[in-house]
Amino acid sequence: MARTARAKSAELPVPNRERPDEPQPYEASKDELLQFYKDMLLIRRFEEKAGQLYGLGLIGGFCHLYIGQEAVAVGLQSALTEKDSVITGYRDHGHMLLCGIPPKDVMAELTGRQAGISKGKGGSMHMFSVEHKFYGGHGIVGAQVSLGTGLGFSHKYKGDGGVCLAYFGDGAANQGQVYESFNMAELWKLPVIFVIENNQYAMGTSVNRASAEDQLYRRGESFRIPGIQVDGMDVLAARGAAETALEWVRAGKGPIILEMKTYRYRGHSMSDPAKYRSREEVQAVREKSDPIEHVKRLLDEQGVREDELKAIEAEIRKAVNESADFAESTPEPNSEELYTDVLVEKY
Amino acid sequence: MAIDIKMPALSPTMEEGTLAKWLVKEGDTVKSGDIMAEIETDKATMEFEAVDEGVVGKILIAEGTDNVKVGTVIMQLEGEGADAAPAGTSDPVATKEDTAAPEAKADEKKTDKVEDSAHPAQERVETGARQMFEAAKHDAEVADPAIPEGTEMVKQTVREALRDAMAEEMRTDERVFVMGEEVAQYQGAYKVTQGLLDEFGDQRVIDTPITEYGFAGVGTGAAMGGLRPIVEFMTFNFAMQAIDHIVNSAAKTNYMSGGQMRCPIVFRGPNGAASRVGAQHSQNFGPWYASVPGLIVIAPYDAADAKGLLKAAIRTTDPVVFLENELLYGRSFDVPKLDDWVLPIGKARIMREGTDVTIVSYSIGVGLALEAADKLAEEGINAEVIDLRTLRPLDKETVLKSLAKTNRMVVAEEGWPTCSIASEIVTICMEEGFDDLDAPVIRVCNEDVPLPYAANLEKLALISSDKIVEAVKKVTYGK
Repeated sequence: MARTARAKSAELPVPNRERPDEPQPYEASKDELLQFYKDMLLIRRFEEKAGQLYGLGLIGGFCHLYIGQEAVAVGLQSALTEKDSVITGYRDHGHMLLCGIPPKDVMAELTGRQAGISKGKGGSMHMFSVEHKFYGGHGIVGAQVSLGTGLGFSHKYKGDGGVCLAYFGDGAANQGQVYESFNMAELWKLPVIFVIENNQYAMGTSVNRASAEDQLYRRGESFRIPGIQVDGMDVLAARGAAETALEWVRAGKGPIILEMKTYRYRGHSMSDPAKYRSREEVQAVREKSDPIEHVKRLLDEQGVREDELKAIEAEIRKAVNESADFAESTPEPNSEELYTDVLVEKY
Repeated sequence: MAIDIKMPALSPTMEEGTLAKWLVKEGDTVKSGDIMAEIETDKATMEFEAVDEGVVGKILIAEGTDNVKVGTVIMQLEGEGADAAPAGTSDPVATKEDTAAPEAKADEKKTDKVEDSAHPAQERVETGARQMFEAAKHDAEVADPAIPEGTEMVKQTVREALRDAMAEEMRTDERVFVMGEEVAQYQGAYKVTQGLLDEFGDQRVIDTPITEYGFAGVGTGAAMGGLRPIVEFMTFNFAMQAIDHIVNSAAKTNYMSGGQMRCPIVFRGPNGAASRVGAQHSQNFGPWYASVPGLIVIAPYDAADAKGLLKAAIRTTDPVVFLENELLYGRSFDVPKLDDWVLPIGKARIMREGTDVTIVSYSIGVGLALEAADKLAEEGINAEVIDLRTLRPLDKETVLKSLAKTNRMVVAEEGWPTCSIASEIVTICMEEGFDDLDAPVIRVCNEDVPLPYAANLEKLALISSDKIVEAVKKVTYGK
């Protein structure tokens, strides 16, 4: 007995300061679970369609798909309120849809059309909607962490009670400005949730090959920012972690880090042949941990019938197809748009 | 043997200071490390320590004396067997003009007394920066048409004008705040934010850690979130670490978002060569930022422009890079006494009217251009001097109009020649003013080398009014 007790205390050292409670999986009602399912499925079908349009040459440049990681954004953003803001890197389509931006506005941006959310001038990596408190969509790895810290600063300055959810990947987690931002966020107790979407690969480099400390939730320790590691393939775990994180941040205790362990099924971008991992590895995750299949099973347990799910699927496919049809047919920007929006004012 | 204790230079640009307080009196024994006096520069109050041991002899400058020139003997220390170098060995000729601070409203008697003493001030090295500093005493010779006639003018340093601009805007707009290294408790590394903490508190005047990339990003994010940040860089040399946020995050946001996401932010701080601080601390980034669509770039010369343009920069919805100059901070100029002095962005100013040649410049180069114009006038060449004031958008109209009048142009820029603002002006004249040109436009810039430390080399590297004069003679063919 004594041995066991010792072993346990070695595993869990007494914290030297207040720490958030271990998050509990969220207990979703049937309706909430259905909403999670719909949201995740919308992202997946949307991204599949975007991949298809890319293959047809309708989407150009870089296009980073979120397939596989849906539970992260759905779980976290379902806990936000209208006061809160969201910022992320270039793998941003899913986060935007969850902010309430219509799929056709996003898809038309991907095809570079006037009706796109950025009038076709931003593209996949640079989309914003101030109206929906979605602040991008940033193409420089790690930049959104400092910017998100600034959004947190503005929430605190204005006293609007909002929290900024700042997403970045395991690759960005090694950028210097991330730590400059951690320092200021904790120093000034800013309301920011730093979300590390650890999908195991920074482009082609696995976490272990790039990170001296590969347990990324610990990356805030030297700034006294608590970190929690979360199963990012489980939407209920993600939502549960969001609840804990929001409670911590809204209480004025400063920022918190959530490391969401997740996996992207597709390449880094559409042009990535993904030779750095085996097909078997991807297949194994898909079969064992797919976040949508997971919720499907839970819905089944709750007595939701297969035909109900089929109806949802059909509805989403229809919406996505409509957004794609729109994005293909709506016109490109007028040539005058080349010179608009460079500056706001006239000099 | 008495040791002369001289007024110390406590910063690279310090010319003179106030002997605020003596902490020792005649007859006191001091040893090395004892604080003997408090000396105020225009930037800070510094403690002055004893280096030698001895007994305080005669105190030659009373406490409270302003404008005590660097090198003036302020006290004599009776050494206990100290064998200090005999006083009065330095060359008195070298001290006469070099230590003259043009803005000094010195009490002549006090100063004279010191000059008359047998202990002349120590020799000051004449540097390129000193030449620029000296030339920055020139006022515009044409009144700014933006100032209503009959407006009362008050003398103010550029430093005070900048501070007032920020304070006035902070009073009228709650969203405006200042962040940067040492801006709050230290009152500004160059004292530009002096007094702001007291008036506005630490929620709006915020000291940051030394993390330029990070706090430039935080400021930019705050602007995206609806605030109006003023981000101070201790100098723009350090903003190189943050240039990604200035260019990629701030400048491009409005365009990339199809005009829906604003980024109203001001990045400000000293830019360009200072005095003897070497290559990494002496660079003009004007051309870098001016090449970026989506940015406004402002580089004022005098105090009135510093104030009127900084207020405009804080108010505009676009991101602004506001390039100040350390050598100009302590310079005094006339500033209109108006409740709300705001200048238009993007408008150059004619500083001196002329007919034979146009000298275009900005920032500290304007002082040199005006000085060159004075020298040229003595030789019968009548030069027009234009201060660009805003580098982006560039006021082509004023430049081309002047070219049409004088048909000859020299561009004077304290910065490298390659891909410079001067290059840009030359291009504009070629493309849009070719028919008005009677001679090629010549660039007068710093030498194309990293700025050296050695005083003689620094002087060779920087622009000077003589170099401008020489260039003007080339384009006027010795007219």
